[in-house]
Amino acid sequence: MSRRLWKFNGGIHPPQYKTESTGHPIRQADIPARLILPLHQHIGEPAEPLVQAGDSVLKGQLIARANGYVSAAVHAPTSGTIAAIGQYPIPHPSGLSADCIIIDSDGEDRWGERLAIADFQDLSPSALRNLIREAGIVGLGGAGFPSYIKLNPGHDKVIKTLILNGVECEPYITCDDMLMRERAEQIIGGLLIARHALQAKECLIAIEDNKPEALAAVTLAAKEYSFIDVVAVPTLYPQGSEKQLIKVLTGKEVPSNGLSLQIGVVSLNVGTSAAIYKAIHFGEPLTSRIVTIAGNGVSNPRNLEALLGTPMADLIRQCNGQPEQLGRLIMGGPMMGFALHSTDLPIIKTTNCVLTYHREQLPVEKPALPCIRCGACMDACPVNLLPQQLYWFTRSDELDKAQDHDLFDCIECGCCSYVCPSNIPLVQYYRYAKGEIWIREREREKSEQARKRFEFRLERIDRRKSEHGARRKEKQAVTKNRDDKQAEIQAAMERAKQRRDEAVKNATQWQTDETTNKNGKSSPE
Amino acid sequence: MLSAILALCLLALGLGLLLGFAAIRFKVEGDPLVDKIDALLPQTQCGQCGYPGCKPYATAIANENAEINQCPPGGETTIHALADLLDREPKPLNPDNGEIKPKMLAVIDEQTCIGCTLCIQACPVDAILGAAKQMHTVIANECTGCELCLPPCPVDCIDMVPIKKDIMTWKWSLPEQELPE
Repeated sequence: MSRRLWKFNGGIHPPQYKTESTGHPIRQADIPARLILPLHQHIGEPAEPLVQAGDSVLKGQLIARANGYVSAAVHAPTSGTIAAIGQYPIPHPSGLSADCIIIDSDGEDRWGERLAIADFQDLSPSALRNLIREAGIVGLGGAGFPSYIKLNPGHDKVIKTLILNGVECEPYITCDDMLMRERAEQIIGGLLIARHALQAKECLIAIEDNKPEALAAVTLAAKEYSFIDVVAVPTLYPQGSEKQLIKVLTGKEVPSNGLSLQIGVVSLNVGTSAAIYKAIHFGEPLTSRIVTIAGNGVSNPRNLEALLGTPMADLIRQCNGQPEQLGRLIMGGPMMGFALHSTDLPIIKTTNCVLTYHREQLPVEKPALPCIRCGACMDACPVNLLPQQLYWFTRSDELDKAQDHDLFDCIECGCCSYVCPSNIPLVQYYRYAKGEIWIREREREKSEQARKRFEFRLERIDRRKSEHGARRKEKQAVTKNRDDKQAEIQAAMERAKQRRDEAVKNATQWQTDETTNKNGKSSPE
Repeated sequence: MLSAILALCLLALGLGLLLGFAAIRFKVEGDPLVDKIDALLPQTQCGQCGYPGCKPYATAIANENAEINQCPPGGETTIHALADLLDREPKPLNPDNGEIKPKMLAVIDEQTCIGCTLCIQACPVDAILGAAKQMHTVIANECTGCELCLPPCPVDCIDMVPIKKDIMTWKWSLPEQELPE
């Protein structure tokens, strides 16, 4: 099978360190005494708890439901009792705490009710998506985007290509490799379900050529399906990044700020595919995942299938490491992972690797030197950005310019920092710049809201004042009218008085006249 | 000679009419500069600048009656943004107007509140909810942290508390700068 492949700009070949952890088969990790389940293990809104402290739960029972469209449910990974719900430290670069559900396991690992689907072909794509949503499945490659959303392209979109991503390009991490070697049929099973949900025409499974065993196993499992093409891609970091892989396989570029859906492509991680298979065929929600425990902090690096919520210290001990002796702990790989501050943190849905460093064998930190503008970062950037420019803009706080230079297309792969001869931690500058831009944006929105409320308040006060004024005027008018009436009454009374006076006067006159007349009459007499 | 004068006069008349028409047709309502300045201010409406709100301060800046360094809640970012907009030299914040503080949130101790409504009347963004002789409370999302509700409170039941850091508002910090050689 030969298929035309394309290339993306740059990329690097860091040392692999993968063989260390591929020597042993995947082992089931022990059930821990206490599990810590953060409600926010995915991209989107945190889940909403449905249980209370003291409740007893069965394995697979829904304990927190998805809260909104972009969210994912959380299930009990084992049977036991809810010990507490509250703020506990979570594996996050901030080292902050967030809402978690704590379960004390009873060690019996009793399953609750499971609804297995005999034939998924009988279900409509939307019913399948619903089941996948209810199983709390998110992208297991590391990003944690709710999978059912990826499987819902909308009515007007036709998905031509469904890609299963088994590239796993980051050093040390081998969880997908081992999964493909040992459970290729689950991956193919999940692929068939996803294909049905998307009504996709062709399916590609991409595996880097440094994993010949996985390639062979998956090719064998996919043999009977003519529409599945297993593609060996040349090893190059960061090929496992969705947009880069799509470019390599199809030659199409996902638009800036766009989604792969827009060009008719959907990609899923192989681990996600296996999780979908288990959710549909056995009714098992996402309660465990395969984690690579690697690095020089453990003497027996390997892959463990661990229950979500298992403290990392437990897993490190199961690989013959001593959590107390560690000098550094990284979740994810050496390129894109982030340092954690405690080994008591749990593994979550996105934990593909726990990288440990013994405190006496820490990697040498080279001090950062001034940028010499060599441009090596630009040659290495797989997104065709200008890392050096972004760095200068960030340093001089010209974040709007950084944004104009497509800062938000940066996938934070770390190629630029890796090749930098001055050891400048470039990615950290970009992460800072992105966070700062988001925060400023939020503050702008908030101040806009405050401005509107302030103006509304002024308007209201004005309105009240003018209403008040109008009422007073009305009252005054009424009062004035009253005065007028009074005046009228006064005038009427005066007129009446006048008339009376006149009458009196007339009467007097008449009397006088009469008298005069009398006198007059009498006078001629 | 005459034709040249005539031509120029006609040209002047034509252009004058065009300009006159444009002045009426494309008349801008309000003062765009004031709005631009107002958009850069933090809208806390706290009055620390000496003006009764952000808009009056923006008007004062536009009329060159006020300096650009009188807004403590906006801090350096606002001063730089204003300096960029108005092409003036950025200056450090005027200490007479207050000092740069982290953003705070007003919280009413509901046990102590006597329901006098004085803070409700003082709040510039209607972020306090309550009625006479009823308990009052602050709508946290709307509070700008302007502290204008503090002085009128007769029982001192309002506290300014720092905004709690959480996962949603956390951001990566800038790496320690390398030493230039």
